[in-house]
Amino acid sequence: MNSFAFLRAETASEAVKALNTKAQAAFIAGGTNLIDIWKYNLTHPELLVDINRLADCRAIIEKADGGLRLGALVTNADTAYHPLIESRYPLLSKAILAGASAQIRNMATDGGNLLQRTRCYYFYDANAPCNKRVSGSGCAAINGYNRIHAILGASEHCIAVFPSDMCVALAALAAVVNVTGPNGDRNIAFADFHRLPGDQPERDNNLQYGELITSIDLPVKGFEQNYSYLKLRDRQSYAFALVSVATGLELDGDVITEARIALGGVAHKPWRAKEAEELLKGKPATPENFAKAAAVILQGAKGYKHNSFKIELAKRAIIRNGMMALHPQSQRPGAQPSL
Amino acid sequence: MAIKPNIGQPLNRLEGRQKVTGSAKYAADYHVPQLLYGYVVNSTITKGKIVRVDTSAAKALPGVVEVLTHENRPGLAWFDLQYADMDAPPGTVFKPLHDNKIRFNGQPVALVVAEEFEIARYAASLVQLDYEEEPFVTSVEANLSKARPAKKGIATALKPPPPAPTGNFEKAYEAAPFKVDAEYYHGNEHHNPMELFATTTVYEGNGKLTIYDKTQGTINNQLFVANVFGLRYKDVRVLAPYVGGAFGSGLRPQYQLFLSVMAALHLKRNVRVVLDRHQMFTLAHRPQNLQQLQFATDENGKLTAARHAAFVETSSYEDYTEVISSWSHRLYPISNTRFEYKVVPLDLSTPTDMRAPGGVTAMHAIECTMDQLAYKLGIDPLELRLRNYAEVDPSTEKPFTSKALRECYRQAADSFGWSNRNPEPGSMTRGNKLVGYGMATGVWDAYQFPSRIEAILTKEGKLMINNAVTDIGTGTFTVMTQIAADELGLPIEDVIFGYGDSKKPFSMFQGGSSMTSSTGVAIVMAAKALKKKLLEKVKEMSDSPLADADEKDLVFRNGRIALVNEPSVHINFQEIVAANKGQAIKTTKMGKPHLLKLRKYSKMTHSASFVEVEVDKDLKTITVTRAVTAVAAGKIINPRTAHSQISGSMVWGISKALQEESVIDENLGKYVNANLAEYHIPTHADVHQLEVIFAEERDELINELGVKGVGEIGLVAMPAAIANAVFHATGKRINKLPIHFDELLE
Ligand SMILES: Cc1cc2nc3c(=O)[nH]c(=O)nc-3n(C[C@H](O)[C@H](O)[C@H](O)COP(=O)(O)OP(=O)(O)OC[C@H]3O[C@@H](n4cnc5c(N)ncnc54)[C@H](O)[C@@H]3O)c2cc1C
Repeated sequence: MNSFAFLRAETASEAVKALNTKAQAAFIAGGTNLIDIWKYNLTHPELLVDINRLADCRAIIEKADGGLRLGALVTNADTAYHPLIESRYPLLSKAILAGASAQIRNMATDGGNLLQRTRCYYFYDANAPCNKRVSGSGCAAINGYNRIHAILGASEHCIAVFPSDMCVALAALAAVVNVTGPNGDRNIAFADFHRLPGDQPERDNNLQYGELITSIDLPVKGFEQNYSYLKLRDRQSYAFALVSVATGLELDGDVITEARIALGGVAHKPWRAKEAEELLKGKPATPENFAKAAAVILQGAKGYKHNSFKIELAKRAIIRNGMMALHPQSQRPGAQPSL
Repeated sequence: MAIKPNIGQPLNRLEGRQKVTGSAKYAADYHVPQLLYGYVVNSTITKGKIVRVDTSAAKALPGVVEVLTHENRPGLAWFDLQYADMDAPPGTVFKPLHDNKIRFNGQPVALVVAEEFEIARYAASLVQLDYEEEPFVTSVEANLSKARPAKKGIATALKPPPPAPTGNFEKAYEAAPFKVDAEYYHGNEHHNPMELFATTTVYEGNGKLTIYDKTQGTINNQLFVANVFGLRYKDVRVLAPYVGGAFGSGLRPQYQLFLSVMAALHLKRNVRVVLDRHQMFTLAHRPQNLQQLQFATDENGKLTAARHAAFVETSSYEDYTEVISSWSHRLYPISNTRFEYKVVPLDLSTPTDMRAPGGVTAMHAIECTMDQLAYKLGIDPLELRLRNYAEVDPSTEKPFTSKALRECYRQAADSFGWSNRNPEPGSMTRGNKLVGYGMATGVWDAYQFPSRIEAILTKEGKLMINNAVTDIGTGTFTVMTQIAADELGLPIEDVIFGYGDSKKPFSMFQGGSSMTSSTGVAIVMAAKALKKKLLEKVKEMSDSPLADADEKDLVFRNGRIALVNEPSVHINFQEIVAANKGQAIKTTKMGKPHLLKLRKYSKMTHSASFVEVEVDKDLKTITVTRAVTAVAAGKIINPRTAHSQISGSMVWGISKALQEESVIDENLGKYVNANLAEYHIPTHADVHQLEVIFAEERDELINELGVKGVGEIGLVAMPAAIANAVFHATGKRINKLPIHFDELLE
């Protein structure tokens, strides 16, 4: 960890301006990911811009269109336990609380969550080949220990997974990311925020250097009646997902009128297949129909030596989570997978 | 006034307040003046040599004092032997910065010393090393062709190679009506105690050092430092008053001790070296191993033949071994046996003992094989154990000093509700969960090592007990105080236990669940000697009311010596001290096991674990919903600390069966999940109902206290019980630990 300059910004424009004075600078929010990466000598910022004081980005507010705006610096914990999130977007609350540990969620921010790096072992090892870390150095995971790696949308250059739980729910909810940068403000639909690795795995998302996330907008639809988040992992807490599923349903009797299904732990971004959601429209919410949707979602899935199980596991998880969404009372804490 | 005996009371830990309030100081907490900070640079290759060292960028950083590598390190003791510590296995001890050879990934190759920790850490990243790499091997399974018998040495005494075959295994196995042939595999595990390995070396001048170290053996490390650095024993003092867990990782001196002392002597400054969590994975670990078992029974389920072969990782430079293959014969009578043990040298650091070394490894394989036999025979797994119950140690035909295993089985099975079990796999369900019940037996040695105790009646009339032993979090401090208090008839507050200091009288390193018997028994002996001395003083006192009393009519109680039948006739300890011209009264005594007498007996602790798991019908996620472990380990000195030892071990059992693994990438030759986010151990959410039972076991033979030691025994049976429960729930045998739930997906 190198020595560095430190600046505490009070406004978004001040933060953006400061950051763009240096070629290697970083915003710091909760620091739960950045500091680890720094200590592993994977990054060497010469300037650190503390954004925790940005007054405009620290609240959850109701928007005129009926949606909700999450300030980028609101912590994951404050978001998950916010009364409006609990009542209107319980899927988001549930997904956040499935992630990390209480201590980390208390520090982690919503903006930072979108930008956390993969947990690929080889990415964190400065001496292993990793195209994401050093473009062109190779991928140690493809022929290495790839239990936690991608089955969908990977490339020959990178099979890393984007590890967030929160973002799986945000993908299902079709959130919008608001950013500001040297070239002004813009909004990015959630589905377009994160990227697939392709031949540029060093880029996790479509944010440009120097851009700051100011907030995340949640559309009106919250699926608060029928939702479920299912996270499958090697231990019951404080472990990243091997496979996770966020499901939101709107029902007319037993018949699905709108479905959202997003997967985590399987790809370089939260995975949503619109065709599968379309397929469920107008169909009864049954295991058979969720199985059909699963088949569509998992089309083209490819396993490696240690993670082929994820294909079958994801299928079963999609079915189970669909059924769990019919019984949101099954979403009590600590009971995973329940029903 | 009678006072309640302390032995048997569930006393809180005496140092509990210091620990939970953070005032307890660990090795890295000593803020001595003018302290320098060392940061270790580790090899990034697995095997080969360093061909170029460039420390110029690191040295140029303001605040960097020195960068030590094999090229510029000070000269050290010449002979390999002088590096050997008391726990060194046969071979050549690894010497940090000795030469340019790389023997394992993460090997320490340089130490950066700076005025601040952060500077040292940054400078470490600027040290440039070029390597010449050689091909390496890191997998037991892939290198069975390299298996060979282990070399023998001093350490072999505690860990003998397997006994010679008995009867004729091949013939008996061939002829048997029921048999199981199974293979088991375990990956590497790291101890990962909460406290990071750390050493603060205080340079006192004149060749003297005071060293705060994380260790399980203050004297072991004192001797090691003195030998390696050519210092006089009495000039090296190693202190470890608090140790934040160790589990075996602190049995041998670790490299941060070596490096910290080397830098302190070289720079004539105080130096602290702390490892980070990632570096904790460059230390010793539980070895990966492959076990092959072939067990057979007659028509009635009596074992007739057993073969158990273990292929176990060691390093390229030392032959570390464990006792694995012969455990079944200490538990079950078997006439035809063949036990084998081979080491497989790999390019990894030398393994070391980790909680119940060998025992938990072996018993997982043995007790899963027994479960398979029970199914083949169509009898209840518990019934199979009872049919093969040994009244004398089958391996030696010697009687046990005591063995309440039958009671363990009975009490644990009753409390668990074993009789509700439908043996058919997959037959018990709860909603969409398959429910499985599994059980297994545990055995462990009841060790006792020599220990020297100084017992002092202080000027204030208190009892001071001194011994070099550590308390690695087990409750040693509390338990020893209880034992001492009772022996002299004092309340707890009047006993001072001085420990964790190499200046104090001899103790072995703290391992094998042996301290209560080793140190505890020695305390009894020393306290008896002190009592004798006090009685002599009493007789010599001019106006002593007890001058004519017979020793057997006297009692030590509440800080006095009194007549049993007339307690009002007494002498206070203070009066004795006063009569001794106000001087403290001291004795020193060596406590030793009664080897001659005990040669005729087998000394073991036993346990039985019963486990319930739930396995999701579709998703196959596994939850250990309930576990009951009954332990027979002689007298329990402190039920609370003993309970903590056993329930902690049961959690470790869940960990070993379902979570814990240091995954090696064979292409890179290193651990890939070397941090506590990815190296899984159970969280609260993984631990449900745990019950601990201590079966009554009176042992009048084993030692003066009737204690055997509780700790590791709580772990031994758990992994097999869990694996057997998973089988019962799903009909699938997963013989590789940890069990990944996805292996249960069809
Ligand atoms: C041990 C561990 C376990 C975890 N387990 C889980 C888990 O199970 N599930 C899960 O979802 N997450 C998990 N996490 C990840 C955790 O949620 C993220 O680390 C956290 O959300 C990041 O937020 P932060 O505020 O701390 O980000 P920081 O570490 O401060 O920043 C992360 C990155 O984002 C940039 N950044 C931060 N805020 C902004 C902004 N507003 N605009 C532009 N750039 C910004 C920083 O420059 C940095 O590059 C875990 C983390 C750890 C350390």
